[in-house]
Amino acid sequence: MKVAYWPGCVSRGFTPELHGSMAKVAPLLDLELVELDRACCSGAGVIAEHNQELADTLNARTFALAQQVEGAELMMNICSTCQGAQSECQERLDANAEYREHVNSTLSSEGLSYEAGLTNKNFLWLLVEEIGLDALRSKVRRPLTNLKVGPFYGCYIVRPRKRLGIDAEHPRDNYLHDVIDALGGTVIDYAGMRKCCGFPIITMNKEASLKQAGRHLGDAVDAEADCLVTPCPLCHLNLDLQQPLAERAIGRELQMPVLHLPQLVGLALGLDPGELGLARHVVKPTSVIDWSTSVVGAAAA
Amino acid sequence: MPEAHDRPPEQFRLRLRRYDPESGEAPYWDEHTVELEPHRSVLEAILQAKDRFDGSIGVRCSCRQAICGSCGIRVNGEPALACHTHLDAALSSSSDGVIEIEPMGNMPVLKDLIVDMDAVHWKKIQRVTPWLLAKEPVPEREYIVSKESMVDVTQTMACIQCGACVSDCLAMEVDPGFIGPAALAKAYRFVGDPRDDEQYERLNDLAQDPQGIFDCTHCFKCVEACPKDVNPMGQIMRLRRIATNDQHIVDQNNGERHEAAFTTLIKNNGLLWEAELLPRSYGGNSWFGKFAPPAGKELLSSLPAILKALLRRKVTPMGALKPHKIPSADLKAVQSIYERVESREERYELNLYITGTDADNAPIEAEAPVAPAATEESES
Repeated sequence: MKVAYWPGCVSRGFTPELHGSMAKVAPLLDLELVELDRACCSGAGVIAEHNQELADTLNARTFALAQQVEGAELMMNICSTCQGAQSECQERLDANAEYREHVNSTLSSEGLSYEAGLTNKNFLWLLVEEIGLDALRSKVRRPLTNLKVGPFYGCYIVRPRKRLGIDAEHPRDNYLHDVIDALGGTVIDYAGMRKCCGFPIITMNKEASLKQAGRHLGDAVDAEADCLVTPCPLCHLNLDLQQPLAERAIGRELQMPVLHLPQLVGLALGLDPGELGLARHVVKPTSVIDWSTSVVGAAAA
Repeated sequence: MPEAHDRPPEQFRLRLRRYDPESGEAPYWDEHTVELEPHRSVLEAILQAKDRFDGSIGVRCSCRQAICGSCGIRVNGEPALACHTHLDAALSSSSDGVIEIEPMGNMPVLKDLIVDMDAVHWKKIQRVTPWLLAKEPVPEREYIVSKESMVDVTQTMACIQCGACVSDCLAMEVDPGFIGPAALAKAYRFVGDPRDDEQYERLNDLAQDPQGIFDCTHCFKCVEACPKDVNPMGQIMRLRRIATNDQHIVDQNNGERHEAAFTTLIKNNGLLWEAELLPRSYGGNSWFGKFAPPAGKELLSSLPAILKALLRRKVTPMGALKPHKIPSADLKAVQSIYERVESREERYELNLYITGTDADNAPIEAEAPVAPAATEESES
């Protein structure tokens, strides 16, 4: 399957192991990634907060570039925040022909135009809806047997439900559960799994932000998770990069490894932990989990 | 299968959270089985349990038709108006066939399902001066305002003060002093009202407050919780937009600086340069921002995380010092979008009601509530 691939900024900046692990996992899933390297940042909601039309136009440009990728069935992203910010812009663009025309007139100098109705799916949605859980299960080479994984969704990919197309037929707010299960892992439910990591206010109210991250990590520790998995690199920043500070904010030791979704998939598909960038995290999963026993197969790098 | 309202009464099991702080005993769960038609409300089920089995169940209600906002509760963990939730729907969202009913969150429980709205919700509403500060001179008769400007505030006027958004606010969960979604939506009702004289003062107050508009974590919880589609978070983002963009308020919480730095970095590079965003958010929106004292202080406190990240080769010194950029032709295109959109005399902004597809909006398109000046702009 060929997709127009939007990696986002942070996956190529402060969480390079996310973009890297996606590139390693894609061929194993028969995914051809055509990177949208001409597109700009989705704005993460911040540009929309500054100027709605600006955010809508910049994302319409990205959508138009995606629609130009020949043979691509849809656009795929690996960032919950991009998914949320882009879905919000797309909702406005798709809802109003007059507005869309207005935005397209700005894009026209570049010869671009967005046509309503683009399909833009996070890797998580694509895994379940396009590849399918059965196909995923059949590709598992190293089942995550006895590995207790806590899902951490990130707000932008679970709310608001209507905008994100979450309904009885598409329980997208439960897909991480389904994927962990398909990979042979044990799903750990805990209070914070669909709550906010706190990242959006890290520069505005650092204490509250770190308390949010710390509380959810603590809940996961209490539920005896071995690690968390998230489809959002910004959540990863607050949960992993900032974890030492979150520990201080809530006065409790955490040591909870947080994996990016493609890393977890890659492990189960038989890739080497080192190759997936697992040693690059602040809380090293390799030092916390005994991969040789928790995960059947190759030992840790 | 017949429609819900044609179906005969069925049995529904309720699991009620009971708590009486004055008793000195811990909260506990209580189960009752009621018999009602599936289209009846959760409120009717609670009242039947109270009537038939236990008169001491504490619940607050009045209109029973989703107008008074008295019966806010949690059904299966999600905020809801008890009178506005059908039993069949509540059953289908339950995890074990029992409808779980709890009081709202973020507010102290007075008894069972009744929470102390005065202590939290109403205090916060009062905080935002929830009345019109009229422009002088007050006209002898009515103020004449444009239709569009009133359509703009009707969404916030739909609020019935039920507290569902307050109950679910994730920022308030860790920071109880946050002014919160309901009160900030109420604030927009007056900030957006052309008859109000103190837009700047109201915004400056809410921007400078460490628990004001920049304390919202953008989690969409309130958007989902609201039974009246008020979209409190959307209103908070509008408050931020007007405070920073139109009123040029520079706040002490880094709100304006963060937004300006983010927007500028994307304009300069096309992609986010994280290592530069943080210091600029604290120190000011230029390359020199990192040398300002607040940025230095922040850098110092984040040092453990930064060192770890460098050590793990998560962040390379080169990656931190040099931005990643999109190709120069594309960057030029992005910059021309910025110039074109930002040079408009008035921001082009769609009303928050616009969702769905073209077809959904077609019948009302003739009077679509779009900023009037912007429409002209688009034709020029």
